[in-house]
Amino acid sequence: MEEKFLLEMKEITKEFPGVKALDEVSIQIKKSSVHALMGENGAGKSTLMKCLFGIYRKDHGEIIFCGKEIDFTSPKEALDSGVSMVHQELNQVLQRNVMDNIWLGRYPQKGFFIDEKKMYDDTKKIFDELDIDIDPKKKVGELSVSEMQMLEIAKAVSYDSKIIVMDEPTSSLTEKEVTHLFKIINKLRDRGCGIIYISHKMEEILEIADEVTVMRDGKWISTDNSKDLTTDIIINMMVGRDLSERFPPKTNVPKEVILEIKDFTAKQQPSFRDINFKLRKGEILGIAGLVGAKRTEILESIFGMRERETGVIILDGKVITNKNPHEAIKNRFALVTEERRSTGIFAGLDITFNSVISNVDIYQGVGHFLDNKKMKVDTEWVIDSMRVKTPTQKTHIGSLSGGNQQKVIIGRWLLTNPEILMLDEPTRGIDVGAKFEIYQLMNELAKKDKGIIIISSEMPELMGTTDRILVMSNGRIAGIVDTNKTTQEEIMTLSAKFL
Amino acid sequence: MDKKKIQNWGTENAIYLVLIALLVFIVMKEPTFLSVRNLTNILTQSSVRVIIALGVAGLIVTQGTDLSAGRQVGMAALISASLLQATNAATKVFPSIGEMPLMVVLLLVIIIGAIVGLLNGIVIAIFHVTPFIATLGSMIIVYGANSLYFDVIGASPVASFDPRFSKFTQGVFRISGYRFSYLIIYATIATIITWVLWNKTKFGKNIFAIGGNPEAAAVSGVNVRNNLLKVYILSGVFYAVGGFLEAGRIGSATNNIGFMYELDAIAACVVGGVSFSGGVGKISGVVTGVIIFTVINYGLTYIGISPYWQYIIKGLIIIIAVGLDTRKYLKKK
Repeated sequence: MEEKFLLEMKEITKEFPGVKALDEVSIQIKKSSVHALMGENGAGKSTLMKCLFGIYRKDHGEIIFCGKEIDFTSPKEALDSGVSMVHQELNQVLQRNVMDNIWLGRYPQKGFFIDEKKMYDDTKKIFDELDIDIDPKKKVGELSVSEMQMLEIAKAVSYDSKIIVMDEPTSSLTEKEVTHLFKIINKLRDRGCGIIYISHKMEEILEIADEVTVMRDGKWISTDNSKDLTTDIIINMMVGRDLSERFPPKTNVPKEVILEIKDFTAKQQPSFRDINFKLRKGEILGIAGLVGAKRTEILESIFGMRERETGVIILDGKVITNKNPHEAIKNRFALVTEERRSTGIFAGLDITFNSVISNVDIYQGVGHFLDNKKMKVDTEWVIDSMRVKTPTQKTHIGSLSGGNQQKVIIGRWLLTNPEILMLDEPTRGIDVGAKFEIYQLMNELAKKDKGIIIISSEMPELMGTTDRILVMSNGRIAGIVDTNKTTQEEIMTLSAKFL
Repeated sequence: MDKKKIQNWGTENAIYLVLIALLVFIVMKEPTFLSVRNLTNILTQSSVRVIIALGVAGLIVTQGTDLSAGRQVGMAALISASLLQATNAATKVFPSIGEMPLMVVLLLVIIIGAIVGLLNGIVIAIFHVTPFIATLGSMIIVYGANSLYFDVIGASPVASFDPRFSKFTQGVFRISGYRFSYLIIYATIATIITWVLWNKTKFGKNIFAIGGNPEAAAVSGVNVRNNLLKVYILSGVFYAVGGFLEAGRIGSATNNIGFMYELDAIAACVVGGVSFSGGVGKISGVVTGVIIFTVINYGLTYIGISPYWQYIIKGLIIIIAVGLDTRKYLKKK
């Protein structure tokens, strides 16, 4: 009996402490079809896929694959059963060659030895079938991003996968590479595969997908044939909510220009090019854009973490260089980084250390010894003014919740008394209450005439907190819009401008 | 562009350039250095070190290391020595045992080496203790065990070996009049076996995958734990063979044999391009690394440079070689 659906996920529910990440979500994937999965960041797409792969255990619901109920416990099990994923962060051994990576974990053997010839031939065969032109003996570290993706797809095919999940596969590809990818996807569809395609790019979805499922806030919203859809309809379904009550009232007033960024172009291309913008005292400037639009890179460059080919920073009418973060801090810049765990907190150390670390110079007293009393006072200020919920100053920051960690980090930077505060995805992974407090804080700081730049992938957040929004598209500025006069739709369109 | 190419080639092959520069310097100072006799001496002196370095190299490939290597060599050396004394030796540790077959003793130390290696592996792969710390601990433990054994067997250097043992380890063969030590043959065999293991077998591919990206390896179904256990067992086997040969080569053994050998082995590996960040390394690099250090010892002594200066040169070469190597992998921001 022929099954109607290749894969059915029924009423999947997944709860994390305090958040319902998935609320009875159901999708059905047909044979020989491309099924697009859409939604804003945090809508639950990745969580749903992680439940499929056994990276997360689902709380409720069932998954039926090829007519049988399945419940994978590891990605390897999923792979072996014919469900594979082409990751956003590619999981490859860069030091080894292409075919070694494809057959990793199941090398063909001739007795005790590896059958290199079979490995080469099999790789070549798959590559020929898919029109992939990569030398199987090339080191993976030397491949371009698109070639690595091709490699992952070939790997999926080599496992004879029936379901292939592609998570933002085109986020760092050129137009020509996208065309090639689509050719490959069409071949896979012709072979009978079901492809789950996660992407933010409307035009692409309408071109390649047969069906489109939209998710929002962990819930299923709709599933339609893509030929019945337009970009506007999809955006409406993705956004579909009002912003009231989620943001504090804005009371800051932008004044004269404090910071000017001129002709910023990164040294290591592809990255940002020709970036020009101004920031006013008391202004909150948002930076919007898709994954891979090089937003973080701009802030890192302003903060002296990245080399520039060209570019001038003018602060208060004076040209400054910010060659490294140390100099940037001296010039009264602050950067709350995107990856809180890897570049924000010192997890094994206490709140005191985490509060004063960017500002240690000022605690040096007689004979360069650190003044404990002063550090204690300032840490107390961080805890009070940021409303950090912690038993004591000596608590390890790693044991606090994400929101409280973030508040300590912001407090750390405020201790350096910055003029320019840059926040990179400051509310990622923290709960709603803490988000609100961070928005309030931004507003208060802007009222004190600080210049604030915030990168966010959550469109409502930008709409609710900023004065202007700079939209990045593929390394370039697609436009700078007035928050009051723009719409989420306009920003989405702008962020796709240079793709 | 061409300049860049030459530069790239230079960084890729820095280690060989260092070796050549060193040789040119020595030969310019003392032209008589270029002789077959010196060459065979260098190869002979490199032989046991190559075997030990090959053991450590596999661990470094998996992002590991082994500080206990030297002491493990010492243990195998002391046990081999005590079991392979001549029947007519003046002070015999075990008077009652007659002539032990060489291969039985070799097998015995190999088994002991494998067990010590396995224990290192268990601590590292199952209890997830960092390799540096795990083997720092086992280094001290093994030394303690060596010393206890040394105490029990009389606390004086074990010498006067069975002539078969001496011949096996000190013997030579002749090619058109030139004498080559048997040790060179053993080292060559060990090198070939390791090369085949690394390049032609599943185990080899797996350890490189684990070293290069442990997560990717695990997700692809590689049994990370078992492969780590295997590579540590194998390292113990290499040290045991090295220790067996070393005892015979020196002609006597105490509990102090093998002191600091691990550092020479690790240095040879990293100078030979086996990266501490894992997943990268070639057998040819390991062998060249060992030979570089032997050339430093032998060649610089030959031209009369003080051993103290040799230490300084050795240290500089380690730092420079690894510094150049790191440049290959530096990701520019």
